[in-house]
Amino acid sequence: MNLWRDIKGTFQPFWITLGYLFKKPVTIQYPEEKRTPPPRYRARIVLTRDPDGKERCVACQLCSAACPVDCISMQAAEAPDGRRYAAWFRINFARCIFCGLCAEACPTMAIQTTPDYEICNRDVLKLVQEKEDLLIDGCGKDTEYNYYQHAGVGVVNGRGGNEDEYGPVDPKALVP
Amino acid sequence: MNDLLLSLILILVKLGMIFGVVLSMAAYLVLAERKILGRMQMRYGPNRIGPGGMVQPLCDVIKLITKEDFVPARADKWVFLFAPGLTALTALLSFAVVPFSPPLSLFGREIPMVVCDLNIGLLYLFGLSSLAVYGVVLGGWASNSKYSLLGGIRSLAQLISYELALGLALVPVVMSANSFSLTEIVAAQADWPNLLRHPLAFIIFMISIAAESKRTPFDMPEAENEIVGGFHTEYSGMRFGLFFVGEYINLIVIGAMTTVFFLGGWHGPFLPPVVWFVMKVLFVAFLFIWARGSMPRPRYDQLLVFGWKVLIPLALLNVVVSGAIYLAFSQ
Repeated sequence: MNLWRDIKGTFQPFWITLGYLFKKPVTIQYPEEKRTPPPRYRARIVLTRDPDGKERCVACQLCSAACPVDCISMQAAEAPDGRRYAAWFRINFARCIFCGLCAEACPTMAIQTTPDYEICNRDVLKLVQEKEDLLIDGCGKDTEYNYYQHAGVGVVNGRGGNEDEYGPVDPKALVP
Repeated sequence: MNDLLLSLILILVKLGMIFGVVLSMAAYLVLAERKILGRMQMRYGPNRIGPGGMVQPLCDVIKLITKEDFVPARADKWVFLFAPGLTALTALLSFAVVPFSPPLSLFGREIPMVVCDLNIGLLYLFGLSSLAVYGVVLGGWASNSKYSLLGGIRSLAQLISYELALGLALVPVVMSANSFSLTEIVAAQADWPNLLRHPLAFIIFMISIAAESKRTPFDMPEAENEIVGGFHTEYSGMRFGLFFVGEYINLIVIGAMTTVFFLGGWHGPFLPPVVWFVMKVLFVAFLFIWARGSMPRPRYDQLLVFGWKVLIPLALLNVVVSGAIYLAFSQ
């Protein structure tokens, strides 16, 4: 039994809390002061465009499949030039848990998370956002990536005509 | 006849003033506690409603009144409804014997600044503080919930461990004043506060009164992280509010008791006596808030052991030694 240590341990915390009483609180007073979230912060989800200004989304449904709470739904359609797009695209932010799995699943970098966290609303239906609410005029995090320059069904450069692609293989020429 | 009527009116006026002052002080103590605790934890505490959060107590009261007053199924309904009132009532009644200023001369009459100068004021305070535990125990028992019952049992266990030490710590104070009357006790401290005369009694008194108040170092009856809310787990709305207000009125009572018994009551230089009294009460309240920000909670068997094996022997020793000294000096 160390009585001196116990007595010291009883009075030390008082001294420390008294010291903290005169320090400035670390609280950020939210509506007046706002902190800037880091660029990779996962908040409102957007659909981006590629550098040419065309929609990146090819309506492959991978984000919808990856979504753990099933808040993404869409309808695929095809343009005359063979480019696939979403006829309608809907994210229910009332359900969204902002896990970012949709952005991870996206092969074309179309769906991306942004640091815009102030999207709360008293009306739940206003949290259901359609394609025109989601689509932005920019590339988001990667300003150069263009899916159709690397893969796809020959929308930009013809089938297999991209830089890092080779043309279709002739199965008859493959005979040993 | 006329004289009697005048006395009655004076007593009613004093009662009204004390009720108003104590209740508003209790409301603002809640705010002060939340703000001070907040600052000790490097946050601001309530600061949204009104300048610096000054209207917060009013909003809390409105919230509590408009909430549902819920009685759990198979609770003992009447005891359940009655228990919170007991806590608040006993706390409020304690103020009847507290002198907060020297007698005032008004229209040629000597008006004592205390509602009722009982010659057994100290015993009256003890009686009420023990009765206050009934509110907690009955509330815990009537709720028909295991956590509430555990809280009630704990508060009883706590009662038997501090009450004796509390009484014994005040024996030297009574010896030095030769009276149980609080007015006499304050008058006996005109030159020296009892704090300097009986420092050991003061320490024992502070520890046991902290246990009596059921505040943080000894808040086992409502230990949030062990037994949900303890005795007030099942309470809602204004009945919970009564428990809550009772706790803070109790804090003021404790401040007043400490002030009267050890800090010299309203005695003090330069400032008017009432100001000294209120300042001392608030200082003691701050000490308790400070302790809440600093101390962890012991187990309740540790409190029992501490009460019976440390506080009571020390208090007895203190009584014997100071009694012997008084005897030696009086002869």
